[in-house]
Amino acid sequence: MEYFVQQLINGLTLGSIYGLIAIGYTMVYGIIGMINFAHGDVFMIGAFIALAMFLILTTVLGFTFLPVVLLIVLIVSMLFTSAWGWTVERLAYRPLRGSFRLAPLITAIGMSIVLQNFVQITQGARVKPLPPQIQGGITLMEGSTENGTILVQLSYMQIIIILTTVVLMAGFTLLISRTPLGRAQRACEQDRKMASLLGINVDRTISLTFVMGAALAAVAGLMFVLLYGVIDFYIGFLAGVKAFTAAVLGGIGSLPGAMLGGLLIGLIEVFWSGYFSVEYKDVAAFSILAIVLIFLPSGLLGQPEVEKV
Amino acid sequence: MSTRTDTLLSVRGVETYYGKIVALRGVDLDVHRGEIVTMIGANGAGKSTLMMTICGQPQARNGQIIYDGQDITLMPTHEIVSRGIAQSPEGRRIFPRMTVLENLQMGAALVDPSLFDEDLAKVFKLFPRLKERINQRGGTLSGGEQQMLAIARALMSRPKLLLLDEPSLGLAPLIVKQIFDAIRALNEEEGLTVFLVEQNAFHALKLAHRGYVMVNGNITMSGTGAELLKREEVRAAYLEGGRH
Repeated sequence: MEYFVQQLINGLTLGSIYGLIAIGYTMVYGIIGMINFAHGDVFMIGAFIALAMFLILTTVLGFTFLPVVLLIVLIVSMLFTSAWGWTVERLAYRPLRGSFRLAPLITAIGMSIVLQNFVQITQGARVKPLPPQIQGGITLMEGSTENGTILVQLSYMQIIIILTTVVLMAGFTLLISRTPLGRAQRACEQDRKMASLLGINVDRTISLTFVMGAALAAVAGLMFVLLYGVIDFYIGFLAGVKAFTAAVLGGIGSLPGAMLGGLLIGLIEVFWSGYFSVEYKDVAAFSILAIVLIFLPSGLLGQPEVEKV
Repeated sequence: MSTRTDTLLSVRGVETYYGKIVALRGVDLDVHRGEIVTMIGANGAGKSTLMMTICGQPQARNGQIIYDGQDITLMPTHEIVSRGIAQSPEGRRIFPRMTVLENLQMGAALVDPSLFDEDLAKVFKLFPRLKERINQRGGTLSGGEQQMLAIARALMSRPKLLLLDEPSLGLAPLIVKQIFDAIRALNEEEGLTVFLVEQNAFHALKLAHRGYVMVNGNITMSGTGAELLKREEVRAAYLEGGRH
């Protein structure tokens, strides 16, 4: 039982990070119908910016009060990562809008390679460590097994990650469902031509979608650095594939779906590693995806395209 | 009806292509302030293409479109419509996964939000049916309701020029009458300028002050609504047998 609860907490933490990245995939897919394969690498860039910012603040500028440092790091990395997301769209996707469907997909893969190599060259290929910053936690349960006692720990780090994700998700859902910007985004998603006929600047709305996705990926990047303590130029690939899987599992184009998918992928991975074998955790996650898609082709919360014309 | 006759929209020699296929072969027409102008023509004549070309999607390859004294031929769509043109397009293009209210909010995207409630009350007065459906998704409305919503959405932007693309298509005669009455009321009471494209020639010509006939991307005839209704060619091609 204790072991189960512990795995549940770990899974939710990991799933939160996947979910935040998955939103970027799902929103971009929703609005322009393409998979932004460079999104995982935008997350990686976010993690690097967060790490660099953290080191600058603590070692160069000598800040010591951790909450303030983290807040500044969060804001700065969201801003810079958003700028990256915007640039990627502007350079690699917008010029190809109206071209054949595969073209932006190809540049997306190209962009992914460019970003990885850029970071590899400028930051080096070796992993960058960050000593654990937030330590300690709450012991929720204590139990004993034949191997000794087992503690269920909810670390402060996990609390921060889960809370931040919940707050961001709530804010984001409100933004999309209630504000004029969110409405414009949904309108572009459903009928871009009509949106422009109503005075919506479609290009700008698409850019803003990339910016929002990148900002959330930056948050995920910061969490990743703090949680795992090591990053390298390649972390975007697997995290990106997982988050993409999460988006598809939840129903690509659906915002709550992305979050649900993220949590499920996180849980599947953690439980599989906990009860079966660590080696096959990715296989488990992808197998579940395949099975779900056989029975629910549009994902768990995706809308099947049945509409009255 | 307004007595002012200065030109609000002037289309000169407009040619539009879809790739290599020519859709408009040099169209000239004028819409004056306060007028209802209609364009009738068969399927595929290029009527909807003209409507969309006015809004810059696609842009005209040759020719000029002057709106309110400004050349809008090559402007991006969102800038054209921000100058006061609203369109209820072919196929209605209701946002299917948005509620009626959200569709109307989209129509008012460029309008000062403090005017929203007043404008909303106005379109609900015009189309009371929409008020009953306010929280229903656009995609679940009937064809007639969608058409009302498309017109109401266009009106929410407080347009100076209203472009209506086949508002009667596929609708029951009673609803067509409702919609045409609404258009006439808007024109007479508020002086709204309307450019209406129709296959339903009889109703459109009766409603309009002036009309044009389009055949195969060309304007072949023009005149007042009453004149065109009397013309033998018009009767033969668009009215006999097609009269509702």
